[in-house]
Amino acid sequence: MELVCRDTGELRLIKVAEDRIDAAVAIQFKDLVREMTEDGPMRVVLDLSRVTFLDSSGLGAVVAAMKQIGAGRKLELAGLTPNVEKVFRLTRMDTVFTIHPDVDALGLGLRHAG
Amino acid sequence: MLDRSGAVMVRDSDPSTAGAGFRPARFGLAFPGTAGSVRGALTTVRSALRGMGVPQETCGIVEIVLAEVLNNIVEHAYAGNAAGFVELDLERREGALAFEMRDWGHPMPGSAAPDGQPKDLEVPIPDLPEGGFGWHLIRSLTLDLSYDRTGSANVLRFLVPLNGVATLQ
Repeated sequence: MELVCRDTGELRLIKVAEDRIDAAVAIQFKDLVREMTEDGPMRVVLDLSRVTFLDSSGLGAVVAAMKQIGAGRKLELAGLTPNVEKVFRLTRMDTVFTIHPDVDALGLGLRHAG
Repeated sequence: MLDRSGAVMVRDSDPSTAGAGFRPARFGLAFPGTAGSVRGALTTVRSALRGMGVPQETCGIVEIVLAEVLNNIVEHAYAGNAAGFVELDLERREGALAFEMRDWGHPMPGSAAPDGQPKDLEVPIPDLPEGGFGWHLIRSLTLDLSYDRTGSANVLRFLVPLNGVATLQ
C-alpha cells in the first residue's frame, strides 16, 4: 500500500496511490495514516481520487484514521470517485466528513507547490 | 485440500449458444473462502459482467455487495478452523441480476440474515463506529434478499437492479 504525503502551508496532503482500500489493506492503511499524522499541520486532507473501490473495512479504516489523529485536528477527504462516494452516502458517513470535490477545490495552487 | 492461491474456477458461462455478438446470460464460479481469494473473485465477476453488457455503475454496485458478502463468509462463516469453498451463480434477468451464493461454513446467527440497520452517527467523533456497515450496504443495494440453511450449506439469494440509480434511495 502506497500513500504519498506532502505539506503545503498549513495543510498536510496524503494521496492514496492505490486503486482499492479493502479488507486486504485496511489495517495497513490505518497504520500508515497514523505514522503520517503523528506530527505536522493541524489540517490533514486525504486525496482519494485514485481509489475506485472502498468496502466497509476500508470505510472503517478511514473512520479510524480520523479518530486517531486526535482532538483539535481534522481529517478531510477529497476526490471521491463515484463508487467510493456511494459507500459514504449510503452509510451516511458523508455527513461526518468534510468532503471536497477534488484537491484543486482546496485552492492551494498546488501546481506551484512542488 | 483448499487451493490457497486464490485461484478462481469458472464453472459455467453458458456456452451453448455462443456465437457472434452473443452475450451470455449466466455465469458461475467457485473459489476458496479465504481472504486472499476475494479480490480475484471480484475481478473475475467484473469481467464477466462486462461481457454480459452490464452497465458500469451496476458493475460497481455488484462489486460492493459481493465484497461485503464475501468478507462476511471469510470472517464469520469460515471463521476459526472452518474452511471451504464459495460458489457463486449469477443470471441476467429482465431488469436485474440474480445472484445465488453458497458456502458450507457456520450458519448465520439466529438462522437469519442481519437486517442491516444503519449505524448511529450522532455521536462524538471518538465514539464513531468503525465497522458494522456491511449488511446495511448489502440491504441498501439489493432486492428480494433471502437466506436459507440447506443441509450444511448457507444459501444467499438476492437481486441487483440493472437500473441501479433509480432504486437506490
